[in-house]
Parts: sequence; C-alpha cells; structure tokens
Amino acid sequence: MSAPIIPSRTPVEVALAEAYSAAKPRLPGTAEVVKLREAAFNVFAKAGLPHRRIETWHYTDLRNLMREALPLAPAPSADALATLAKDMRAKGLPPQSLVLVDGVFAKELSAPLPAGVKVTSLASALAEGRGDVIAALSADWAGPKGPKDSIVALNAALMQDGVVIEIAAGTKLEAPIHLIYATASATQAARFSRSALLVGAGASVVLSEESFGAGGRRGQTNNALVMVADDDATVTHTFTSTDTEQGSLRLESFLVKLGGRVNFDSFALITGAGLIRRQIFMLFDGPDAKAALRGVSLLRGREHADTTLFVEHRATGCEGRETFRYILDEESIGVFQGKIRVAPGAQKTDGKMLCNALLLTDLVAMNSKPELEIFADDVACGHGTTCGGLSEEQIFYLRTRGLSYKEAEALLLEAFGGALVDEIPQEEFVTKFRAEIAAWLAARGADA
Amino acid sequence: MLEVKNLNVSVGGKPILKDLNLTVKNGEVAALMGPNGSGKSTLSYVIAGKKEYEVDSGEVLLDGENILELEPDARAAKGLFLAFQYPIEIPGVATMTFLKAALNAQRKQRGEEELSTPDFMKRVKAASDKLGIKSEMLRRALNVGFSGGEKKRMDILQMALLEPSFGILDETDSGLDIDALRIVADGVNALRSPKRSFLIITHYQRLLDYIVPDSVHVMAGGHIARSGGKELAVELEKSGYKDYVDEPALG
Repeated sequence: MSAPIIPSRTPVEVALAEAYSAAKPRLPGTAEVVKLREAAFNVFAKAGLPHRRIETWHYTDLRNLMREALPLAPAPSADALATLAKDMRAKGLPPQSLVLVDGVFAKELSAPLPAGVKVTSLASALAEGRGDVIAALSADWAGPKGPKDSIVALNAALMQDGVVIEIAAGTKLEAPIHLIYATASATQAARFSRSALLVGAGASVVLSEESFGAGGRRGQTNNALVMVADDDATVTHTFTSTDTEQGSLRLESFLVKLGGRVNFDSFALITGAGLIRRQIFMLFDGPDAKAALRGVSLLRGREHADTTLFVEHRATGCEGRETFRYILDEESIGVFQGKIRVAPGAQKTDGKMLCNALLLTDLVAMNSKPELEIFADDVACGHGTTCGGLSEEQIFYLRTRGLSYKEAEALLLEAFGGALVDEIPQEEFVTKFRAEIAAWLAARGADA
Repeated sequence: MLEVKNLNVSVGGKPILKDLNLTVKNGEVAALMGPNGSGKSTLSYVIAGKKEYEVDSGEVLLDGENILELEPDARAAKGLFLAFQYPIEIPGVATMTFLKAALNAQRKQRGEEELSTPDFMKRVKAASDKLGIKSEMLRRALNVGFSGGEKKRMDILQMALLEPSFGILDETDSGLDIDALRIVADGVNALRSPKRSFLIITHYQRLLDYIVPDSVHVMAGGHIARSGGKELAVELEKSGYKDYVDEPALG
C-alpha cells in the first residue's frame, strides 16, 4: 500500500485508494504516465471526494452521496464481446461508431472511419508515450483557481482506456462519429475512461456520445473527454445520458480548448435515475471563436442531475452562449452552476448564460447559480436564471382551444425542452432528441 | 344558444357578477357594452371556464346544457370559443402544430376522427388566406412576436377553423388600426350563420359599424342594466356610460 494517508477518510475514499493501488501495475502507460497518474492520485487523495464545502460541488455532496466504491470492471471476455457484438448487429449500430466496452476500446466492435481520421486507443497512446497526446490529456484548462477538480484527477489516475480521435487539418466530415459507451460486465462495476478529440485546423467534425445497452447506465462511471479544436475548426457535439438506473453514478468531465475562429456547438440530453454530474471546462484560447453549450435535463423520481460549467475567455472577440433547461418532476433535484470568467485582456467578449427550470411539483429542488467574473473592461456579458411552474395563463388559453390539461401541459413542456434541441445544426439529432423528449413526456403521462 | 341565468360570481369573496341574466339566440349577434370594471371580461372568463372565479349561484346554458361544471376544453368541444382581449404567447409551439393539436383534440372529444394532414392544410390555407395571414406566420411560434393586429387575426383564424356554435369576442377591437379592424370584422361576418351566435364585448360603437349586432346589452355594476337594438350603441356613443356608473364593480 503506497497510497498516502488522509486524515478521516471515508470508507469510499479508502476503497478508491485500494482500487488504485491494486490496479496500478495493470494500468497502461510509460514511466512518465505512471508519474502523472501518481501526481493525479495525490491531488485526489489530498482533497478526498468533493463535498459541500467545496464551492463547485456544494449542491452535489459526493462524499455524502457516494455510498460505495464498486470494483473496477474486469477486461471484457471474448464471450462477452461476442454477445455484445451480436446485440449491436441486431439493434443496428450507427455507421462510424467507436465502442468502449467498460471503458476499454473495442476495435473489433467499431466501424471503420473515413480518410483524414486517425483512431488510436488511449492505452496504446499512453504505452507509446506519445508526448502530444499526453500533453493534451493532462491538460488543466479553465478550471477553478486553486486545487484541481478531484474527480478529473481521479479519472487521470485510474483511466483504463479510451479513444484518441485525430482529425487531420482541413478534413471535412459530414456524417457524425459516434462514441458509444457499452458494458459487458455481468456485475455492477466502476469504469474510468478518458478519450480525446483532436481537431486539426480548418477541419469539421460531428461527435455524438451515447450509450448502448447498459453502458453508462448502471454502476459507476467516471468519463473524461478532452477536446482540442485548432484554428478555424467546426465541431458539433452531442451527449446523451438517458435511462440510467437507480443507484447509478455517472461523472462526466468535458475539457474543451478552442482555437481562433473555431465554431463549436454542443448539446446534452440528460434523463434517468441515479446521480449524474456533468462538468464542462471550456477555454477560449484563440480570438473570435464562437461556442454554444446547451443542455436539457428531464428529471423525475429522486434523480439528481448536476451540470456545472467553467467558461474561461482568454482571447479577444469570442462569443459564448450557455443555455440550459431543466424539467423537474416528483422529488428530483437539479443543479446548475455556471461561471464565466473573462481574463484580463479578453476584450470584446460576448458571453451569455441562461438557465431556466420548470418545477412541476412542490417536492423538487433546483439549485441554480450562474456567475460572472470579469477582468476586462470592454465586454458584453450577461447571465440569468429562472425557476417556476408552467404558466396558468398559457394552459387556460390552450384549454379554451380544446386541449385537455394534460395535452396542454405536454405541449408546453415539449416546447420548453424542444426549443434548445431545434438549435442543433444536424437535422438527424433534432429528430432524435425531439423523440427522446416526447418519449419521456409520454412515460410521465402514463405514470400519472 | 346561450342562456345566462341569475349568475352570481365572486373573486376572493368579492361579488363581481350579480344576478346576471342574458340570452343570445341561435344566429344572433349580441353586443355587450359597458364602462370599465363593469364585469364584462369576468363574464367571458366565467363562460369559458377560468378557474379563479367562484360561481356562487346561477347557470350558464349552452344549447340547453349547463356548462359551469365542465372543464374549459370540454366547453370548447361543445362549441364554445373565446377570442381573448390579449391572446397569449406560446413560445416554442409552432402555430401550425398548435392549430392541428387544437382541432384534433376537439374532434377527439366529440368522438370524431382526426383530420388527415392534406385536409388540415387545405382548411388552414383557405381560412388564413381570407384573413391575410401569411404562411410564414403559421410557422412561427404561436403569437410570439406577433403585432397586436396579428394576434387578433390569429384568434379569428382559430375561430374559423374550430367552427364554434358560440363565439365570444372580448374587446377584439382594442389595439387594432382601421384596416385590421375591417379584416377582423370581415372574418367574423363570414362566420355568421343561423346556427352560430356571437357575444361581442366592446367599449366603442366603432366595431359595431362593421359587425352589425342584432341586440345590444349594457352591463353595469355586475348585471345587465339595459338591453335594446343596435340603435342603443349609437345612443351610448353620444351619451356615454354616466347614467350607468352609479353602481361600480370590478371586472
């Protein structure tokens, strides 16, 4: 046991330290990577699991909410992979899919990608000691000042595998690449994956993160995705976490660095039981880039969904739009925190952050905290947040036209969530997410 | 036919409508006039089924059936339509989507089959052309960013499509310029039929120059203070409501 001693560690923290010690010899990487893992684990060990006294985790007290540390998922067996392959064929996996099984890249399940795209497993990139990849992966961008986020650090220490997707400069890809989280482990397990999307100058790409079967829907998942977009690149990104199971824990960190004049559009749909924390660290590193982060969270039961953003403007003339919506039913808990920081010299920054929550019962809770920190004097920044119920005036108007209360409510809820979906540039995703929202609402109607 | 019988309504314990009686026969266009605060809009909301009003006693019969116990959507399905004084904006719901949902919801309540899309499109196009509503407007979110005149025309379009047996127009003329007023009035006149009746709530005689009523009722202090023919509106325009305001109420 070489894990450092932490005073008053919780049983879960002890279990995570043991898991790290036990897994260390098997985790991929050169001596340099081993050092990085060790440093990252020390960050985690020092801070422990995030808790309510850590401002950025105030509303998602993981030390209190995480009751056990599940064992690391074993490498998927050949049999399990064969079964999964059969299921995937039956369901019809989208073309251009990259599949991670329990956090491990399964090349044999993945579909070939067109010219201009290079895919490497994270494990092999770490084993080869590829300096550029390691530098990108150990990035610490736009995060809060002071100690690093301990969940990102834990991911860096324990990352088992992932994919590194490199898009050559100037490559224009129209069809989306799907990054699919699947699982083969028969028992509840923990997974740590870290992937990277490295987009060359002037390239354009669409990346969709989704789950297959139980992947990412059960057990404990700690994923990190690092994205570096070079000058003039165009990236569309979508993230789906739906149908997660009761008791599941999903921690998703998205680290984004944007070069000059990059156009970046990202949408996330979150539904499902258990606890999910999604954190985005986005850095505007080059001038005149545009980024839109949007998300819709639909929650019921005792679900807890947290989206926390850190957006750092370090270059001039960039435009950031962060728009998030929540529909909270039954006894669910929503968390939105967003900080826009405009660094000294980042003049002509145009930043707007908005969170709207619809509370459908008296038992839900919404914690919403947008923040602005501006150190430049020629910027246009705004933020806002609203929490409320559906408008009785609107419902009455619709009912006088013949819609029942339920029909009126469903129409308004669908419009509320759908408005953000409609802004996704790809029509196929608009259709897909509209259908997901409609299905969630239909299930809501069926329960009542 | 609509019959309001001895209707008493209060809000938060404060009486607003007091022993109100009013009958509008099939095919009749009745104008309801009266000073601010006399209870005209309250009456329209109570008939349409808005929740915050307490009906203390009385009946509202639509074609002989008391509708006061019905939900607003059930009243709509029975043929009631209220054109709002201020039509409500519904962000995120395309006007076309809403029209189809409304039409089909009413058909469903009446046990009729849903309209096919081509049939629906044909009806919308015919009705919107008459009202000068461009197809671009139908793709936008309902009433969002519409001018006052556009909102009123949109309400009349809904009435044309839903084909109610009884239409209430609550100050449809407020905020309309003379051209918009003419378009809206033409839209209403086109819907006049022996089987359909209207209650037109207005402050001014001007609208009644375009939609000529069969009867005029003056409301004051929460009840009908005087009834007469269309000449009553002309008289009111000259003399004002001063003879009626000795018993004010909220409206």
